[in-house]
Amino acid sequence: MEQVIANGLYLGAQYALVALGLTLIFGLMNVLNFAHGQMYVLGGFITYVVYGQLGLPFVVAVLASGVTLAVVGGLMERYLFRTVIKRSHREESTMLLAAATAFFFDAVILLVFGEKQRGVPKIVKGVFNDFGVILPYDRIVVGLVAAVLILGFIAFMKFTKPGRAMRALAQDRTAAQLMGVEVDRYTMIGFALGAMLAGVTGGLLVSITGVNSGIGGPISIKAFMMIMIGGAGVVSGAIAGGFILGMMESVGLTVLREYGDVTYLVIFAALMIFLSIRPNGLMGKPWG
Amino acid sequence: MIRKLLGLLFFLAAVFILLPLFIEVTGRKDLYYVMTSVALLSIASAGVWLTFYIGRINIGQGAYALMGGYVSAILVMSYSWSFWLTLPIAGLFCAGVSILIGMPILRLRGVYFAMVTLVLTEVARLLALALPITNGAKGITSIPLPGSISIFGVTLVPDFVQVENPRIAFYYVAVVLMVVCYAGMYRLVNSRMGHLCMSLQQNEELASSIGVNIAWLRVVAYSISSFCGGVSGAVFVAATQSIYPSSFTVTDSVNFMLNCFLGGLGYVFGPMLGTLVLYLGWNLLFSTGQFQLLIYSAVMIILMLVLPNGLLSLGSWRRKG
Repeated sequence: MEQVIANGLYLGAQYALVALGLTLIFGLMNVLNFAHGQMYVLGGFITYVVYGQLGLPFVVAVLASGVTLAVVGGLMERYLFRTVIKRSHREESTMLLAAATAFFFDAVILLVFGEKQRGVPKIVKGVFNDFGVILPYDRIVVGLVAAVLILGFIAFMKFTKPGRAMRALAQDRTAAQLMGVEVDRYTMIGFALGAMLAGVTGGLLVSITGVNSGIGGPISIKAFMMIMIGGAGVVSGAIAGGFILGMMESVGLTVLREYGDVTYLVIFAALMIFLSIRPNGLMGKPWG
Repeated sequence: MIRKLLGLLFFLAAVFILLPLFIEVTGRKDLYYVMTSVALLSIASAGVWLTFYIGRINIGQGAYALMGGYVSAILVMSYSWSFWLTLPIAGLFCAGVSILIGMPILRLRGVYFAMVTLVLTEVARLLALALPITNGAKGITSIPLPGSISIFGVTLVPDFVQVENPRIAFYYVAVVLMVVCYAGMYRLVNSRMGHLCMSLQQNEELASSIGVNIAWLRVVAYSISSFCGGVSGAVFVAATQSIYPSSFTVTDSVNFMLNCFLGGLGYVFGPMLGTLVLYLGWNLLFSTGQFQLLIYSAVMIILMLVLPNGLLSLGSWRRKG
């Protein structure tokens, strides 16, 4: 049982980090970023190249992932999403754009990094084995780093000027603009920040699960589920959703083992029932 | 009015006479299969378009296509029904299921609805893997070709086994269904119900406050949409003679949605054009090998930047200018 909870917490921390970026982008611009999983994969590959192949320290590699993705995200917002939002009659058109960028990233990643599964040497060796829990140390490190990043992100959103501006934007775009918030600038920063979170998570996890070019889509779907559970566009909801999904996966894999591969079927079904009772997730704003 | 009729006549001539003629002249028999797929996919996309019309983003059409395909395949294989009988049953089955699922989830809006339907596609795939009747990952293969239909001894549709090239037969089946589907869709959109659906798209509360039964209307629209998905899936399965849990996946669901976007959400015939362009574009790029996806997605991004309201918005643009 302890093992299940420990696994759940570890999974939850990394999931929450992925969901945070997605929910930030959604909250700011009402864009469902289909390319989020691909950004994660891109971050993973950058860390793989910098740490695994060039031999630079792991911290540098993860930072490189984050910075690259932030730049990519900022450019995407500036030159793609902003233009389309301005020109389109219906907000949903950004979904086509997001899906197209997801395909584009998939193609680029496949061309540049190939289709092989890539991993890097462990960052910390050894296994923690106490209190009935077996966890490799590197997972603990990554889980803790993820937790610190989440706390840092919350602090950033709560106490800094850009964070305040972004929260204002997410609540009411027009009102924020009237209060003198530079809407365009902070939207771009928000998008870059969301992309950076995806990249950093990808970079952190390449040391544990490795990375391959095909996992972008499934990760996006998982991230969508998390923000649906918690409520789209709400930071606390994304964190809650991440931990809940991590727990459900961990518990489900243990409890439902004898019924075969049905964990995800059960999770999906539960999610649909949950959402029909609570359409906005746990903490979402009405009608997202 | 006359322009519309002429356009219709030209379209019918193109799909029933000109295209087969073109294929005969050039000898590219494989094009029949491509065009059959386009016709079938555009039926499913028409369904998705209808849910867009009531203001919902539907990424779950793959689930209904898969469901329709399995219903038809199982009825044909295990109970040896005629394919033609299973076709409406597959559609009705999907419509029935969509009413049950739709009643709770149609209360959701915006991305929430989009994501639930996305999850629905995954649920359908996982169910197909887990249920005993669908034969798991191995799927159902070597499904017999459709038989003949005859009324009072007059053969309306010949037995597909005896047809010289079943692909041509499937092409005509798919195109006839497509024409019927879009004619129905056009009629629906221009009817009283279509205008009511339009009111849902703009403002549900307002529509409800002046006495539109929004709950009933959106369930009906969604079930029509799923009917289209089921029928298209069933014919697809008959044409490929096999079905697997991975026959329709999230990618297909997303593609159905993209077809609608690309063609233009404000135009009934948008999804047809969108399907044609996307499917043909993807196949034409096949020769570019590893760069296929790169070029395809880059073109899509550029199209989106230049024409964010769909390809058909070119027409209204010209008229305005």
